[in-house]
Amino acid sequence: MIKLEEYIPIVGQSVIDDLRLIATRLKGKTIQHINSTSVGGGVAEILSRMVPLLQELGVGARWDLIKGGEQFFEVTKKFHNALHGYPGEITKRDFEIFLETSQQNINEVDTCGNIVFIHDPQPIALVKRRQGNKWLWRCHVDVSDPNEKVWNFLMEYIVRYDAAVFSAPSFSRRLPIRQFLISPSIDPLSDKNKELSQETIDRVLLKYQIPKDKPIVTQISRFDRLKDPLGVIEAYREVKKYINCRLVLAGGGASDDPEGTMVFTQAMEMAKKDKDIHVLLLPQNDIEINALQRASTVIIQKSIREGFGLTVSEALWKAKPVVASNVGGIPLQVKHKYSGLLCHSIQGASFAIKQLLNSPAYAKKLGENGKEHIRNNFLITRHLRDYMLLFLSLYHGEDVVYL
Amino acid sequence: MALILKAKEPFRFYTRLHLSELTGLRATTLDQLVKLIKDVPGSCIYHHTHRFLQQHQFFSPEPPNDFAYWVSEILGEKELGERLASIDIMQFAKIHDLRERIISVIEEYLKEGRFAQLKFAREGEEFYFIKSVSFVIPTNHVADNLADFVEIIKKITFDSIYFHIFEARLRLEKKANDFSNWIENSVGNKELADELAALDPYTRTLDDLRSAIISIINKKLFEQ
Repeated sequence: MIKLEEYIPIVGQSVIDDLRLIATRLKGKTIQHINSTSVGGGVAEILSRMVPLLQELGVGARWDLIKGGEQFFEVTKKFHNALHGYPGEITKRDFEIFLETSQQNINEVDTCGNIVFIHDPQPIALVKRRQGNKWLWRCHVDVSDPNEKVWNFLMEYIVRYDAAVFSAPSFSRRLPIRQFLISPSIDPLSDKNKELSQETIDRVLLKYQIPKDKPIVTQISRFDRLKDPLGVIEAYREVKKYINCRLVLAGGGASDDPEGTMVFTQAMEMAKKDKDIHVLLLPQNDIEINALQRASTVIIQKSIREGFGLTVSEALWKAKPVVASNVGGIPLQVKHKYSGLLCHSIQGASFAIKQLLNSPAYAKKLGENGKEHIRNNFLITRHLRDYMLLFLSLYHGEDVVYL
Repeated sequence: MALILKAKEPFRFYTRLHLSELTGLRATTLDQLVKLIKDVPGSCIYHHTHRFLQQHQFFSPEPPNDFAYWVSEILGEKELGERLASIDIMQFAKIHDLRERIISVIEEYLKEGRFAQLKFAREGEEFYFIKSVSFVIPTNHVADNLADFVEIIKKITFDSIYFHIFEARLRLEKKANDFSNWIENSVGNKELADELAALDPYTRTLDDLRSAIISIINKKLFEQ
């Protein structure tokens, strides 16, 4: 288990001292996180680090899961896509399935925390159990242009919370409850982000038969239409006309995402005639993801919609030059031409990749700036601080709070 | 070594941590922007004139307000952006006065009969109003003299420096920064206090500001 003091060489003693200071104001409170999956995806990843750190700080923290069958997760995936503005029909039966499973969870999940912290839409209806405690809804999804039918359905629950939390300003809208902006984060000490030896990196490249003979362009993401892996292949083909390079598309699946297999198959089909494209469906192996990122010359994140895009933070933390879509939380991480390059299209992505491959000194500078930006704003220590302040804000309504 | 004599009152370092609260208010045009600037809480004006300083604390000095950045980069009104970026925030002891200045700069520009009123932001690039919720917490660091003080300055967080320099001055409507107040009133060194008060924190990164404070105080200690 990683201890707080291990972050001191990265963020400094005073940052950790501040965390301990805030935590004293939360003594005796229990924070109960609830989501739908314990593995796969950014939410589970953050909670697996956040909960033990809160406990080390002396704040009561627990993490519970809701249950749901295949049908339920198919519906919540449809909700997820609809909230991202992706077209698709949501039927009356879909809503019924959601309500039936939600009711089972309402009956079974013990929401005993002083603060119940619900993550994403899957467990949103649990708020019907609300009694005297505080409730927070954490939206990890890009809801800047949601399907109104689904949003209005969820609004019936959202308004029952004390506050909502979003990852980017563009996701906010007028709500009758308080809403806060808190970006997610990466853990610099996790297997996915810690330093690796060249030997480890080479071993992973060998395992997946990726030679180091030419520049490697990589997108690490779940196989999800909204991550646009097919668009990445098109962008790579444009680049390949001028620069001999490889493309690595690698990612795992989340247990609450039944659509992944289909998108993976499409990517495999599109890539099969080019031996320089490596489409890898990885098991949950963070060291391998880390190694692939570190082995890359340029990292791309060409999402169509993005809740936040933590893979961008991961890449920047490794001082890699990044090309990423100007969507969701990505512009918070990439300041165009300073800590990476933003794009709006496949053509834009391929142009930016070419620029970075052809100008290594410029690419290096962008990566270095990016790393400092992540150190200051997107590491788990900042996230922990924001969450503790959020918990305190539930007990203080004023703009300046003296503790 | 007068400067390491015990101060009349010790200096307790505080830290100020902020949480960003979303308002759901957004502007697409300059007209909407100025209208909302008039209506939003002072903590919104504070947030958008100080956010850059904290988020980009190691970057070279950035335009210290979000309004200037949005007007220049999104609406393409570089001249107005420059006018907003060059507002001398040090002149204003109150958020109210800073707000009035921002409004007058935009309104004057709009009156000049330009086509600026016709410009609008693309979807997703609107100006989103956010306000700062501040938590002020006493730290365990206390200085009894200038020598201790400078040692603590070297190790406290940027948030703490930020609180004593920016937050105390403008948001909490104190006339000078806390460091200068203490050095003048408790240490009794007006010259040093004036030197620190004259630092323009808005044109430096927080890292540079810390170095400048340490250097000025060390110089005085060394002279002794």
